[in-house]
Amino acid sequence: MKTTKDTTTPGHGGDVRLTGIGKTYGSFTAVHPLDLTVPQGSFFALLGASGCGKTTTLRMIAGLEEPTEGTVHLGDQDVTALPPYKRPVNTVFQSYALFPHLDIFENVAFGLRRRGVKSVKKQVEEMLELVQLGEQARKKPHQLSGGQQQRVAVARALINHPEVLLLDEPLGALDLKLRRQMQLELKRIQTEVGITFVHVTHDQEEAMTMADTVAVMNAGRVEQLGAPADLYENPRTTFVANFLGTSNFIEAEVDSKSGGELVLKAGGGKLVLPEARNSAPTTAGGKVLVGVRPEKISLIHADDAGEIPGGRNRITGRIADSSFIGVSTQFVVDSPVCADFEVYVQNIDRDARLAPGAEVVLHWDPAHTFGLDAAQDIDAGVETVEEEVV
Amino acid sequence: MATLTQAPPPVAPPVPEKRPPRRRGRWTPYLLLLPGLLWLFVFFALPVIYQASTSVQTGSLEEGYKVTWHFATYWDALSDYWPQFVRSVLYAASATVLCLLLGYPLAYLIAFRAGRWRNLIMILVIAPFFTSFLIRTLAWKTILADGGPVVDVLNTLHVLDVTAWLGWTAGDRVLATPLAVVCGLTYNFLPFMILPLYTSLERIDPRLHEAANDLYARPSTTFRRVTFPLSMPGVVSGTLLTFIPASGDYINSDLLGSTDTRMVGNVIQSQFLRILDYPTAAALSFILMAAILFIVTLYIRKSGTEDLV
Repeated sequence: MKTTKDTTTPGHGGDVRLTGIGKTYGSFTAVHPLDLTVPQGSFFALLGASGCGKTTTLRMIAGLEEPTEGTVHLGDQDVTALPPYKRPVNTVFQSYALFPHLDIFENVAFGLRRRGVKSVKKQVEEMLELVQLGEQARKKPHQLSGGQQQRVAVARALINHPEVLLLDEPLGALDLKLRRQMQLELKRIQTEVGITFVHVTHDQEEAMTMADTVAVMNAGRVEQLGAPADLYENPRTTFVANFLGTSNFIEAEVDSKSGGELVLKAGGGKLVLPEARNSAPTTAGGKVLVGVRPEKISLIHADDAGEIPGGRNRITGRIADSSFIGVSTQFVVDSPVCADFEVYVQNIDRDARLAPGAEVVLHWDPAHTFGLDAAQDIDAGVETVEEEVV
Repeated sequence: MATLTQAPPPVAPPVPEKRPPRRRGRWTPYLLLLPGLLWLFVFFALPVIYQASTSVQTGSLEEGYKVTWHFATYWDALSDYWPQFVRSVLYAASATVLCLLLGYPLAYLIAFRAGRWRNLIMILVIAPFFTSFLIRTLAWKTILADGGPVVDVLNTLHVLDVTAWLGWTAGDRVLATPLAVVCGLTYNFLPFMILPLYTSLERIDPRLHEAANDLYARPSTTFRRVTFPLSMPGVVSGTLLTFIPASGDYINSDLLGSTDTRMVGNVIQSQFLRILDYPTAAALSFILMAAILFIVTLYIRKSGTEDLV
């Protein structure tokens, strides 16, 4: 490993720094100028629906796409003008792009041979061991299964000890079970070799499982960047809130502020929102989208409403639909403030009265509430999720 | 499951075997093959057999020919016409190499760089086929005519001095020289090279180029290590499709060459149509066939195409 003298000190050496990088094709802007820093040794995911510019961003790091503006730095080196074969970066392609005329061994040895490494045998064999393909060395790519080909593609890139490994939807062609397995595998390899991984995916679960940092992209822009849990708990836009999991939104009006808490009017009732979790402007009478995740909400039959402890946000409604999915039951509640309120209830004790048509009260800890600017599309990022993440 | 504890029932008399199902279907594949087989028999096997018998006949046109198993015709034909054989192979090989050198870049351009011009260039490649072979070759007679612009330019640049020194041209003429014949062959068989090359280049996933680039291969290395090896099936079929007909061709030599550039095709043609010595003509055809078969087999072995994807 030639590049990792200072893996432990982030912000040095091998950071990937994109500065004002953008790409336009004629009149179409694939990537709006964006700044992005990927710390050395991290597992970074670019998440977004197809056509959001994530792959273009990745290809600009690889040098396969020339940015219209901006610069790419690897560590202190400006690589913007370098062709791909001169960049210390390797890519795992979406379709693997293994060389069909070479066997597995030669595919993996390709990069080493091009750089004039004389004795490749030991390194290639070690790398094939790492991805558990030692037996397959003399087979041709088409003789391997999809998962094996995927591992060859990873081995072929990793053997060069790149400063950054770029993964372009590498698991897209695999079935669900294999994909889960490969996610763990890739995570294991990343931890083992300590190379920076930049992973492009449209699968939010994949991004959250694998990455330390996720950048959610939408229409050529980075919507939000952060640790998976942070993104999930504190989405700053409706797109992020809807693209990562499911969110419920209530349109509310600012009533008053007191002690770090906002009191909001929604329908007839009041909702409390911690000011720290609000990203909307809060002039009195201003509009705020109040968001809450379905699993944070408790559901109780209207007859038992008196049991709800004080200080919780509550709204009333009627169960419109319920689906039992084993570990939990997913309810859709029709309430005056939001037509399709989704609630996931863990199946610990099931209340038989909670059936469609039942009057219920929903309540949750105000700390689990987040506030977003009401000026945006409440359904942004919803349909793409349904289309792509099955 | 009650039957398990009981004695096995007495063996039933064997049911007379029913005729196998789908009996009619058994012959269908052969029936479907029949027209093709008939075609092959009538238009390939029969003429070959007929020619084979002709090649071992003796006699004359007046008295008629009889099969006398006179294999000496083969030896005579070979010893009389071996220069033409050698010339055929040389000219055809030169034309094939030229076709490859000219056709590969063009096929590469069409496959990877032409974009929306792809179809237009393809049409331009195929367009000469709309004119007859003969007319196209005659056109080259005009192009290479003595004192024509092409010859003038070549003369001024002293290219003809070099080719004359190499023995490809004579004096300040191009017409009636080996160069003219090879030019004609190259021109006439170029599409046969380009089309298979294009087909195999076009099948190459452009992401393989990107992958090679990403793995430290500069463009020239990418071509040498990835593109060219993957286009080998096209190279092999293109060279075969060019070499085989070119080595049997006689029109180019007839129209663009002289008596010094006669190829084996010319000999066969004149034996059949002018001298009417059918046995010699037939024997020459068989020798040519055998020679091509031999060269092609060697070539395919050597290029190892069966190992390619």
